[in-house]
Amino acid sequence: MNWDVIFKYIPLYKKAAWLTLRLGVLGIVFAILVGAICAVIAYYRVPVLKRIVAVYIELSRNTPLLVQLFFIYYGLPKVGVSVDAEVCGVVGLAFLGGSYMAEAFRSGLEAVDKIQTESAYSLGLSRAKTMRYVILPQAVSISVPAFMANIIFLLKETSVFSAISLMDLMFTAKDLIGLYYKTTECLFLLVVFYLIILLPISILGSVLERRLRYAGFGA
Amino acid sequence: MQALGLDVLFKGKNMVRLLGGLWVALKISIISVAISIPLGIILGMLMTSKNKVIRGILRVYLEFIRIMPQMVLLFIVFFETTRVWGWDLKGETASVIVFAMWGTAEMSDLVRGALISIPKHQYESGSALGLTKLQVYLYIIIPQTVRRLIPLSINLITRMIKTTSLILLIGVVEVLKVAQQIIEANRMVSPNSAFGVYLTVFLLYFIACWPISMLAKYLERKWNT
Repeated sequence: MNWDVIFKYIPLYKKAAWLTLRLGVLGIVFAILVGAICAVIAYYRVPVLKRIVAVYIELSRNTPLLVQLFFIYYGLPKVGVSVDAEVCGVVGLAFLGGSYMAEAFRSGLEAVDKIQTESAYSLGLSRAKTMRYVILPQAVSISVPAFMANIIFLLKETSVFSAISLMDLMFTAKDLIGLYYKTTECLFLLVVFYLIILLPISILGSVLERRLRYAGFGA
Repeated sequence: MQALGLDVLFKGKNMVRLLGGLWVALKISIISVAISIPLGIILGMLMTSKNKVIRGILRVYLEFIRIMPQMVLLFIVFFETTRVWGWDLKGETASVIVFAMWGTAEMSDLVRGALISIPKHQYESGSALGLTKLQVYLYIIIPQTVRRLIPLSINLITRMIKTTSLILLIGVVEVLKVAQQIIEANRMVSPNSAFGVYLTVFLLYFIACWPISMLAKYLERKWNT
């Protein structure tokens, strides 16, 4: 292990980590939006739209992100839809993550007993108020573990971005190994940087899970 | 067809080659799952043991494997271990090693979750009846956990299949690599083939994974009631 080399490479990795984080966070935000919309459609069983959502969820959950990205980045330009690599990464992550988030939210919503909604209605609460004060607080605490797991999963998946030549952590490591053959140092830094990004989220996830386990109604 | 580049697939043996590539990916995931399920069950049982040292070591190892992107693990095994230990590792072998390690970690977490979800009184009633530890596991705990575990382990297979798309990046010739080769070879005749070929790969993965995840969903619903 050559520490001089490591210190020399750190700035490059910092830049790459920033890109990984930026695209990852953007992708996750869009994934949450897509997921929330899909979950609401599935929960209220909106006609027609619920079929589209079901097809989307199955398509996105059963294909790998790498293949989705290849299709968007190399395939779509051939039919006239040209996308920038960064946009492509964010879109791919949102497409993949949307379905995972939708499943997490939907399972939370459906885990709330029907009797809760009915009691709220009979107490005279409006539909919106029932959602806001009765269902959501319970649903959120149920979906948090799956939600946190999804965030870690999506941040991990950003390593695939290197395949469409985005200069993320994986790409930088691969590039430096190819240029200088300092395999050990490059991979060591790669592991360290991914740990810096992912470990706090993983710890936060398990803390939240432990605290929220008591928040459910009657459990 | 020409415009979408689907015609390339029907030339020569292209479709057969693509399916052959998919088979490589499926083979690697099946072998890895076959290794990781038994190992995962053992590690998962060890994770519920009372020995703090064993639990601590296992936890660090498993968390590390689960938190690292699979591609990083592939690179470490394929580029670093070969250099340090000087062994000659084929891409396929490296991917089986990585996916088996990752699958074991995921599986052991599922097993641990299933074991924890069994109420404590089940263990206690078992030993109160004079059953040994082994008997408690064999006759009381395992039958209850298996139902919960089977749908989850089937899901693990689809996750494994999806993750195998990464082995392209350590040079294993699987379905995406074959797709790239086909597109490159037909660059002049059919410049638009990237659309059709990658769409086909997308659908092939879907066809491979969808029935399996449907089965998992069906079993989950059937056994949960």
